[in-house]
Amino acid sequence: MDLKEKLVAAFIAFENRDHIDIDSSVHDIRYKAIGNFENKGFPTKKDEEWKYTSLKPVLKYDYSIFPSIENNIELQEVKKYFLHEIESYKIVFVDGVYSSFLSTTTHEEADICLLSAALKKPKYKIIIDHYFDKAADNADSITSLNTAFAKEGAFIHIPKNTILEKPIQLLFFSTGKETEMMLNPRNLIIVGENSHVQIFERHQSLSENVVLTNSVTEIFAHKRAIINYYKVQNDNKNASLIDHTYIKQKDNSIASVNTFSFGGKLTRNNITVFHEGENLTTNLNGVTIIGDKQHVDNHTLIHHQKENGESFELYKGIYDGTATGVFNGKVIVDPEAQKTNAFQQNDNILIGKRSSINAKPQLEIFADDVKCSHGCTIGELDDKAMFYLQSRGIPEKEAKALLLFAFGNEVIEKIKIPALKSRIIKLIAEKLNVEMGFEM
Amino acid sequence: MLQIKNLHAGIEGKEILRGINLEINPGEVHAIMGPNGSGKSTLSSVIAGNETYKVTEGDVILDGKSILDLSPDQRAHKGIFLSFQYPVEIPGVTTTNFIKTAINAKRKALGLDDFPAKEMLKMIREKADLLEMDRKFLSRSLNEGFSGGEKKRNEIFQMAMLEPKLSILDETDSGLDIDALKIVANGVNKLKSKDNATIVITHYQRLLDYIVPDFVHVLYNGKIIKSGGKELAFELEEKGYDWLK
Repeated sequence: MDLKEKLVAAFIAFENRDHIDIDSSVHDIRYKAIGNFENKGFPTKKDEEWKYTSLKPVLKYDYSIFPSIENNIELQEVKKYFLHEIESYKIVFVDGVYSSFLSTTTHEEADICLLSAALKKPKYKIIIDHYFDKAADNADSITSLNTAFAKEGAFIHIPKNTILEKPIQLLFFSTGKETEMMLNPRNLIIVGENSHVQIFERHQSLSENVVLTNSVTEIFAHKRAIINYYKVQNDNKNASLIDHTYIKQKDNSIASVNTFSFGGKLTRNNITVFHEGENLTTNLNGVTIIGDKQHVDNHTLIHHQKENGESFELYKGIYDGTATGVFNGKVIVDPEAQKTNAFQQNDNILIGKRSSINAKPQLEIFADDVKCSHGCTIGELDDKAMFYLQSRGIPEKEAKALLLFAFGNEVIEKIKIPALKSRIIKLIAEKLNVEMGFEM
Repeated sequence: MLQIKNLHAGIEGKEILRGINLEINPGEVHAIMGPNGSGKSTLSSVIAGNETYKVTEGDVILDGKSILDLSPDQRAHKGIFLSFQYPVEIPGVTTTNFIKTAINAKRKALGLDDFPAKEMLKMIREKADLLEMDRKFLSRSLNEGFSGGEKKRNEIFQMAMLEPKLSILDETDSGLDIDALKIVANGVNKLKSKDNATIVITHYQRLLDYIVPDFVHVLYNGKIIKSGGKELAFELEEKGYDWLK
């Protein structure tokens, strides 16, 4: 039985088990989704969107879909993955199962809790019917796969006029007690009018065992909402992540997603943004620093559908060893979306002689009064700059790290949570194998 | 302090320096003059350790030990400083952070703890004032968008911070107007002591009105063809280089 067949079979068991709890509309969505996945299967390199990222190396395992036992972990074991220096809400999962012990949820100023609870409780039915699976694109077979198994993940519903001071941390741990494990976390985030939220997401394997995470997050930003979303990807070398983030924005909202990819075996980030209102802003930024045989693919799509929308994309990549990268930035500007400003920049440094990057801007512009630009650079470390730094007494390794850090700093500066910023800086120093603070 | 013995060096198989001999003692200022292409910048690059140039023969000795096997940073730790003819722009690294990193890297190499942050800041301000530098340059990306003169002033600022034993000023006067030249020269003169030495590399005599050399050497076709006192600079200014060939 190949992985696809196994997943389809597992779905039947999953549905039977969950049947009593969940509203029938969700069942319908799941059935439709598994049908779609069964039809299309996993994408191959023949698919235009997967031309430079092969899933073959991560699909060859015999994944277990559900943990056979509930796995507990000690806080001490995972503390370093949290932003423990600051007060925050936390929604934590261990092998796909909610850990109440590690979490700090609330129903007071907002609902910050579990998707499984929201899917079950009648009081959330209206919200679930209105939002669940309404941003995700189920024409995408991997998203369909996630939808079919959608059960657990974060549910965040922030009512209007709420400025959430504390950030929300979403942590997904895998213990590796199952040797080969697939996880399908599903997050639903609704931010009401005039409300602000900061979210930090991390998938972390606690062993060297094989893990494949297929994560889908749906975000709805209502009028004048402000969302700052941070994805920190620094997983172990046998952990892979396929991440889809779907965002729907209304008038005057600002949505920013910052993705920091340093770890993992294969990471595919898909961010799809729909501009359903006017005067809104989307910021998508990323820093990728990888080496060895690592692969990171950043796939973005911003669909400008209304007037006066803005989007800014800045992705920086540093590739060592035989690492490979992909940047695919698609921007669609509808005929109605006049006065759109869409800017995209992708800069890369190839350090490894056999490292590579495939960069592809895709601009589809159907309106005439717009400003759109894209740029892509691929370079190496500048010998003259290296000599200059070294001649001042900075050793080669540190000089290299300083130049690489400076290259990524434009994105790092955009981090609005100071504790997270220093954490990212620390991770970069670790990744570049130097003991430096990079105070800028 | 520094001895250069029969130094031959070149780039991509092409010999540029063809047997340089030079001895520099503490407290001295040496000017190296010569027409374009005579090897002036190659000499400064080779002393500072630029690996683009290959040394094929001879030696460079600092305080009794050859430095040819040392990396540029190790040479800097031993007190060599090169003020670049064309300082490199480093976007994303502020001048302040750069100089802090450089000073602490040297201290680490010497087995010392980091320089206390507060004292560092004080020193940075003092040295910036010495060079009459606008403090806003300290928090800007190193050399990025600086004018030619600002870049040169920043070089001497770094020299003041790093307190080198041997400073090599490569065409420091190019790109400077007369006022900036005076400020930079004044800075260099104030940093002079009986323990350090300076090599001034220049095409024109102008800078030597302000930084007065003890010795002047004429470099031509990769060799020092004449050495003398400061009066040699005037002679060169008057007659050009042709009479020496």
